[in-house]
Amino acid sequence: MTLVRRLLVILIAAAAISAAALTYLYVNRQGPEATGGIAIGGPIHLTDQDGAKFDSAVMSGKPYAVFFGYTHCPDVCPTTLSDISQATDAIGGNAKDFTTLFVTIDPERDTQSVMKDYISNFTAKVVGLTGTPEEVAAVAKEFRVYYAKVPTSDGGYTMDHTAVVYLMDRHGEFRSVISYNEDHDAYVRKIKEVLAD
Amino acid sequence: MRALNFLLFFAVFMLSLNTIASAEDYKLGDLEIVDPWGHAPLKGTDVAEGFLKIVNHGATADRLVAVTVDFAKTAQIHEMKMNGTTMQMAELKDGLEIPAGATVELKPQSTHLMFMGLSRRPAANEKVPGELTFEKAGKLKVEFVIEPAGASMPMNMDNMNMNAN
Repeated sequence: MTLVRRLLVILIAAAAISAAALTYLYVNRQGPEATGGIAIGGPIHLTDQDGAKFDSAVMSGKPYAVFFGYTHCPDVCPTTLSDISQATDAIGGNAKDFTTLFVTIDPERDTQSVMKDYISNFTAKVVGLTGTPEEVAAVAKEFRVYYAKVPTSDGGYTMDHTAVVYLMDRHGEFRSVISYNEDHDAYVRKIKEVLAD
Repeated sequence: MRALNFLLFFAVFMLSLNTIASAEDYKLGDLEIVDPWGHAPLKGTDVAEGFLKIVNHGATADRLVAVTVDFAKTAQIHEMKMNGTTMQMAELKDGLEIPAGATVELKPQSTHLMFMGLSRRPAANEKVPGELTFEKAGKLKVEFVIEPAGASMPMNMDNMNMNAN
């Protein structure tokens, strides 16, 4: 009887561990880094901060970063753009020309002139991109970026949005992501990697 | 460049000492409100954030239900959190609970006050008047000390262009 009970306990424990391991694998499988052959990224056709049409084909031959955000974003967006600035400043050399495409997911408020002022807050080379809601949605879809308006009591809204930096190589292929909570060293390492690619 | 960084860091450090020294501490009934401060608005934005710490020394919960400042049309309490790779931002429409005996801190990259529709753009080191309304304890006038955009993320400071206003 005791032996049966002991076996049962072992079996239950083994089942629990397997379940935990499977859950872990399942959850982690969904990270953008583990794309499993799913393409991330695609052509970007938007309007830059000077009102010029932007086509990501101009980035051919140069690695770059893509980050989706909005200017009413209190922390994540300025912190991320500031972290990129800090990393490219630290790397120096050709990193000075490393360009970040900052795509607004709030094109109604983030007009071309707002974007122009906003990107001037950062020392990194940033192209501020906006467009019609449809144009922005098309680009967000290519990068599998989620965003949604969240209404506030005054009739306004805030935005939920995917907050990772996509690193693209010189062929315009997705290489890696930098997540929100990664530190300065990770920014430096990953940007160096994509520059050397 | 390194020397410049060090100087900048030192300046920021001294500035932060100065801020700590001038931190305001307020009392309202059982509530203690510590060091209200805010970020100067970034160039190109019509928003600024505010932060403070609330300590409830009492035996009953209270609730921060409204905030006003003289330089913004509206002030809301926003909760920011990360859900996987998604940043979620939502207004706490019913206010922010301050449980009995608890300390609730509003800080960067977390729950914060969002000042919107700026009638004026406060600069770093400015002190701006505001008013907090608690459900039970009532109203309290405070002053928010404005810090440069990005403050309390000192690692980031030297990569923000300082002419942000």
